[in-house]
Amino acid sequence: MSKVYDVLIIGAGPAGLSAGIYAGRARLSTLIIEKEKDGGQIVLTSEVENYPGCLEGESGPTLVDRMAEQAKHFGAEKVYDEIVEVKLEGKEKVLVGKKGEYKGKTVIIASGAASRPIGCPGEKTFTGKGVSYCATCDAAFFEDLEVFVVGGGDTAVEEALYLTKFARKVTIIHRRNELRAAKSIQEKAKANPKIDFIWDSVVKEIKGDGIVNSMVLENVKTKELTEIVADEDDMTFGIFVFIGYEPKTKMFEGILELQNGYIVTDDNMRTNVEGVFAAGDVRVKSLRQVVTAAADGAIAAVQAEKYIEEL
Amino acid sequence: MLVLDKTNFETEVLQGEGYILVDFFGDGCAPCEALMPHVEELSKKYGDKIKFTKLNTTKARRVAIGQKVLGLPVIAIYKDGEKIEELVKEDATPENIEAMIKKYI
Repeated sequence: MSKVYDVLIIGAGPAGLSAGIYAGRARLSTLIIEKEKDGGQIVLTSEVENYPGCLEGESGPTLVDRMAEQAKHFGAEKVYDEIVEVKLEGKEKVLVGKKGEYKGKTVIIASGAASRPIGCPGEKTFTGKGVSYCATCDAAFFEDLEVFVVGGGDTAVEEALYLTKFARKVTIIHRRNELRAAKSIQEKAKANPKIDFIWDSVVKEIKGDGIVNSMVLENVKTKELTEIVADEDDMTFGIFVFIGYEPKTKMFEGILELQNGYIVTDDNMRTNVEGVFAAGDVRVKSLRQVVTAAADGAIAAVQAEKYIEEL
Repeated sequence: MLVLDKTNFETEVLQGEGYILVDFFGDGCAPCEALMPHVEELSKKYGDKIKFTKLNTTKARRVAIGQKVLGLPVIAIYKDGEKIEELVKEDATPENIEAMIKKYI
């Protein structure tokens, strides 16, 4: 446990793996620490259409498997542990995990973000009982049933399209009167006969008896409340929530500069603490995609190398 | 771990005696895949005290919905055929599962 790595990377999503590829290739001793499974958010995505070089049929898991293989090929080591405490000041950084302690000259934080909940009554109670944040996990339960998708961005609309392969009907509930998703995805959704829309609306409450059987919507313009009740034969329906993400940065509060929970960096991925970098969804940025995560990871690794040279 | 399907769930779990753990998983469920090795590990440790089983819900959708399982992964503990506790999705971590098992042995 006394080994001091050149680079410690928190998170094995696209940002962390990309950092691992670049650091490993630069012959820096590199350790990637992942708390659960490689890939982060992207493994929940059934289809990756917009990452350069990805052709039809590429899924989140297949893309990430190759990234992980590539990082390993360049010598990046990996360990599965959850970091619970960090000591980032000084020349030797220490990350304390549930299983062990890790020391490094530099740290690249690529811990990503998790799905943002709606925050309404009943949501937590019925998670896994009709409420889901993962279409690839739970879509199969809703074969021939009705499904509602909450959100209007790329992820929401893409997952709504995926859900049409299973569900009888998919209704997108969006708080505005137009989608924010890319035009090409919008066109596909609007042309799909199984997809319907409820505009200007938010979910106020989710109800049921063991499993979801109704929900209350509020029209944000008229403040009118409507209750949607499951078809009697169906007994239930699905509510898939894709309204954005929340960064996983609680343990950095008071140590790193944060903005709305996201880590603030400069163009070179440097945080306010020397030798500590952030990459991917966890940092303040305008576009959170696999392509920008991978780019961040590369920049962070190259900057970490520069920092070590100057030590 | 005993592999369950829609034909034997009834006899192995609902008519089973004592404590039975069921790992509900599904095809293409990445979090389920990530969790499974940990559950296998726990089955080696506690398998003599609790019966460890797993059910692929993709091929047994009605069985799962009948157990009020509509999201994955779920790790549930049954006692004499009754579900007494379950860990759903993000709560289903290796640590939480081990803690749940320890309550019943």
